[in-house]
Amino acid sequence: MIQLRPGLLATTLAALIAVFLLMPLVAVIPVSFTPTRYLAVPDGEWSLRHYRALIENPAWAQGIWLSIRIGVVASLVATALAAAFSLGIWMLKPRFAGVLMGLALLPMVAPPVVSALTLYFFLTTLSKVNDLVAYDTWAGVALAHAVMIAPFAVVLISVALSQLDRRIDLAARSMGAGIGTRVFRIILPNIRFTLLTALFLTFVLSWEEIGVTLFITSVDAVTLPRLMWMGLRDNIDPAIAAISVVLIVIVVTVVLGKTLWQWRATGRKAR
Amino acid sequence: MTARHVLLLGPLLMLLGAAYLLPFLGVMRWSVTLPEPGFGQYHAALSDPLVLGVIWRTVRICAVVTVIAVAAAYALTLIWVRGGRTARTLVELCIMIPFWISVLTRAFGWLALLSNKGIINGWLQSLGFLSEPLTLVRNEFGVVVGMVHFLIPFAAFPLATAMRSVDERVLLAARGMGASRTRIFWQIFLPMTKNGVLGAALLVFVFALGFFVTPAILGGGRSVMVAELIYLRIFQSPDWGLGAAISVILMVTVGLLLGVMMRQNRGAAR
Repeated sequence: MIQLRPGLLATTLAALIAVFLLMPLVAVIPVSFTPTRYLAVPDGEWSLRHYRALIENPAWAQGIWLSIRIGVVASLVATALAAAFSLGIWMLKPRFAGVLMGLALLPMVAPPVVSALTLYFFLTTLSKVNDLVAYDTWAGVALAHAVMIAPFAVVLISVALSQLDRRIDLAARSMGAGIGTRVFRIILPNIRFTLLTALFLTFVLSWEEIGVTLFITSVDAVTLPRLMWMGLRDNIDPAIAAISVVLIVIVVTVVLGKTLWQWRATGRKAR
Repeated sequence: MTARHVLLLGPLLMLLGAAYLLPFLGVMRWSVTLPEPGFGQYHAALSDPLVLGVIWRTVRICAVVTVIAVAAAYALTLIWVRGGRTARTLVELCIMIPFWISVLTRAFGWLALLSNKGIINGWLQSLGFLSEPLTLVRNEFGVVVGMVHFLIPFAAFPLATAMRSVDERVLLAARGMGASRTRIFWQIFLPMTKNGVLGAALLVFVFALGFFVTPAILGGGRSVMVAELIYLRIFQSPDWGLGAAISVILMVTVGLLLGVMMRQNRGAAR
């Protein structure tokens, strides 16, 4: 139980930093209503033209659809492989488990730009032997994203397994359950919420991925972040503000919804 | 090795081996074979004034960003962990909402605020403080602001863990013996969370070293950092050998820093 609460100075400082954190997110809202074709704050006149551009310019819909497709495939592959790997470490306790774990987490801890160059090397090499999983293809991007996001799923699932009571598995085993039954009827159902969390987190990570995507795509596989990047680099396109507002509204709704739900849940407990 | 080992551990390790480890060896090969065999690119990377300038700028910006981001995250996390229920929830929202929003949207938000026709310059000019717009972006200032903004949530998580593990009774004992709030903070609370601060600082610094998107957008090609230099050497003025050599140097540096971090964590656990 915390009894010494922070004083006025600490609270004021934290409030200023909180404002700093929210400032750029609020700033895009007025800019998205500008009537001009360049980055500006509306001066009396407001316009929805940049929101209309999001609907009318097919590039945005294509980018969103591509990002969703890549995100779904990459997160399913990454979570499935990560679940198998984490189960392997937990059930079999292999020798050199630490080394294997370090290897599995490598794409997460390496600097993103090094991973990007590595995956660029990988996909351009693959391009020489096939056209499907290659540089600047959606399958190539999905594979590269799977490599980048799998470590996050490994971390989540391994933590969940380490908190799981081993005796459940031992009981099943002693009653003659085979490895298939133990995995699919005993262990996985017990960590199903973590599996869903891992799917969700890896999907979001792939949906937002830009560092690696920039290296491995050029004109064909233009994901939503790649499209935004192109609108940000040279002449700043205010349509970026409109799409940003849409993305911010989605995140704020989800986070706020979760917080309110928790607030009510803990409030009930406190009473 | 049994069939089970292969079945469970095999798929992920095979994917990472084929798509990550082998290609990284390929990148290393580039660094010693392009344009000609030898360690010339490493020599060039560590003696070329342009590359050295970029490395020095990267280290300097990362150090500044680390200090500011960890200090800001500390003040914020203090309320997140120890504040009243309402304050705690509000701070949590302010950490989680930016955390889930993409780096591009956040960089764009800073452009909207800081650029010459942006909101801050607009206000200052309409209030008559300025005749010429201040250059707040496309320079190191913009890069530092954007990176600090991105990294505060990442620093907040390890700090929160450290602060939650502080034993409340120690603070109450100090209070009971008449220590002032300021003294409790500086002499008891801060030293007790020292390992959390060091952990957060290392994490932020390692993250910042490999930063690409924020400096590229907010630096506007003028304050190039290491990651952007690699991109430029691969895609714009192709010198793949040099790009690969700098990547290997970056990877080794981050590996060493992570080694320090793990040793420190092990020390803290003991």
